[in-house]
Amino acid sequence: MAISNIQLRLRDLSRIRLALALVMLLLAAPVPGLAEPHTMVIGYLGQQRTPPLPLGPLDQTVTDDGLQGARLGIGDDAGAGRFLGQQFRLQQVILKFGETPAEAIKEFAAAGISFVVADLDALQLLQASAAPGAERMTLFNSRAPDDRLRQEDCRRNVLHTIPSHAMLADALAQYLVWKRWQHWFLLVGPHPQDQAMAAAFRRAATRFGAEITVDQPWTFRPANGRADTGHVTLQTEIPAATQVSDYDVLVIADEADEFGAYLEGRTALPRPVAGTQGLVATGWSAVNEEWGATQLQDRFHKLAGRWMLPSDYAAWLAVKSVGEAATRLHSLDPTAIGNYLRSDDFLLAGFKGQGLSFRPWDGQMRQPILIAGPRLLVSSSPQPGFLHQRSTLDTLGIDLEESTCKF
Amino acid sequence: MQVLIALVLSMLILARSASAETIYVSNEQDNTVAVVDGATMTLQDTIEVGRRPRGMALSIDKKTLFVAEGDDNRIDMIDLARRQVVGRLPSGADPEFFVVHPDGKRLFVANENDNLVSVVDIAAAKVIGTVDVGVEPEGMAVSADGRTVACTSETTSMVHLIDAATLELIDNLLIDTRPRAAAFSPDGKQLWVSSEIRGTATVFDAATRAQTGKIEFEVPGIRREGVQAVGIVMSRDGANAYVALGPANRIAEVDTKTLAVRHLYLVGQRPWHVALSDDQKRLISANGNSGDISFIDLENQEVVKSLPVGRGPWSVVIGP
Repeated sequence: MAISNIQLRLRDLSRIRLALALVMLLLAAPVPGLAEPHTMVIGYLGQQRTPPLPLGPLDQTVTDDGLQGARLGIGDDAGAGRFLGQQFRLQQVILKFGETPAEAIKEFAAAGISFVVADLDALQLLQASAAPGAERMTLFNSRAPDDRLRQEDCRRNVLHTIPSHAMLADALAQYLVWKRWQHWFLLVGPHPQDQAMAAAFRRAATRFGAEITVDQPWTFRPANGRADTGHVTLQTEIPAATQVSDYDVLVIADEADEFGAYLEGRTALPRPVAGTQGLVATGWSAVNEEWGATQLQDRFHKLAGRWMLPSDYAAWLAVKSVGEAATRLHSLDPTAIGNYLRSDDFLLAGFKGQGLSFRPWDGQMRQPILIAGPRLLVSSSPQPGFLHQRSTLDTLGIDLEESTCKF
Repeated sequence: MQVLIALVLSMLILARSASAETIYVSNEQDNTVAVVDGATMTLQDTIEVGRRPRGMALSIDKKTLFVAEGDDNRIDMIDLARRQVVGRLPSGADPEFFVVHPDGKRLFVANENDNLVSVVDIAAAKVIGTVDVGVEPEGMAVSADGRTVACTSETTSMVHLIDAATLELIDNLLIDTRPRAAAFSPDGKQLWVSSEIRGTATVFDAATRAQTGKIEFEVPGIRREGVQAVGIVMSRDGANAYVALGPANRIAEVDTKTLAVRHLYLVGQRPWHVALSDDQKRLISANGNSGDISFIDLENQEVVKSLPVGRGPWSVVIGP
């Protein structure tokens, strides 16, 4: 009995050795993606940014927005993965000023990475999507709202989790029209991004029956509001800048957050402020605690020590999408996941009251857009009464029939 | 005339005997529990409780109502005779839903923020154990024999089966996106779990844990994303299941044998949870967005009344 036991053990040992050798062989094999068969490595590609100057003492300077959202997504993916034998890991590269993304994409490709959170501006995003190796990847645009990335500059290997300018503008327009604030004073900042946002507001006004009664560029350069008597200058300059014929609501296009915040409470006529400041349309806001969002906000705050920003949320959506697909498929196979993400069956829970999915015509994630005040959630679009033949979420942004995207 | 009066009187008496019960509704936004007389279908009382009351359950002797208070991290105990809070239990962080174990001594609580199920000893007022589950645990159920506790985790899309004696995880079953409620059939053979985002209920064989069916709820005139499945209650004979369909403003009546949806009841806005009267003839839904409860007469298959009870009605419990 004892002898046979020992024999058994010896036989087991040799089996184990054989198995170990096989594993070693697999590990040594330079086949990308096979190195860790139960691990999904997701790339995060960010870029160095100059943080905006804080307008007021309560503004926080954030340097890790986007990245922290991706990190939270990895944690949430792992939560499901631990019951399914799936592990998730983030591999991050932050581009320095002036650096192009080609090298990072090459590095990701060498590591067998198939899914990348592209937390990049439009130019860098297009460069990344065209870099050698990227053709076998899915890049998630978690930063650039530019409509052209969903239209003439759309790419087959890019999905967009950040809402487009058109979606944000449509969401706000629906709310303003629902409120019957139909006459808008559009005030547009000097940067190309402000012009792009303004174009989306003009399109939305036409779509939903609002009228832009005054359309004006912002040309003032108010003195620094944080100077000791800064408010005195602003108090005289802003009424002058807003001395226009009557309107219902002031709509601001100021993506860089340079002047929009100065308008509230200072306009010549007593009118509400909306747009990129005041009542904002956004993919995410720290004020959202509905649809179970409290838990997401709490998890994020614990991780990052600050509130979750729209770019964090978009990066979280990207990483969570990969996790959701891996869960549903019981597989980490990148081809299967890539196909599933783009299929009709894919539906992600995003703490905004209904399932989120990707539009097949331009890769944009369809999602409700929050209408948020500075302290509380005001509404969520689509608004009741705006109907659509397929999904009411497609009343926001560029619809199938309007799409000029050709992959 | 006299015959008519006698008839009406006898009907009233019959109605009373069939509904001599009290309905308790947690008002998530008012921090209260509404007390509704079942016979007259009127609001009788409102009990102040802690912040954000959601899940509720009766003690086995039906003398105490437990109320989970998410923002106060505790469970209040309401003495139903006195209609006031007489004690508190710890619950772990952010309790949302819980079940009273058939042993009458323990509560199993879903801690939504901590990915835990906490086990609370009622007499000792102590958390005596925790179980690690998926992200955002929510729905809780316990089998009639007390052996198995089920807990859904919303962000992990699973139902976790817990051995109630050893507190070990027995199994983790994948459910459609964002599972909410779980319910065992009275004979313990089936486990039902709802999915909010997909608007489905998945049915498992509780013994083999194999999926035996799935109901994809559809409401005429409402798009897929507007049909979401939330609370589930099963009739005592196990023949019917009632599923709240959230933003579709409907309660579905499902034949548990064929899984066919027999009827859709139009109730108030965004029903979260439902409860059955003791005689199984009446169903009550707590409608979160319209601030009311709906009374459904199941024999005649009609909604007979809606009653305002407060802001954000979430769960409903029927007691003596």
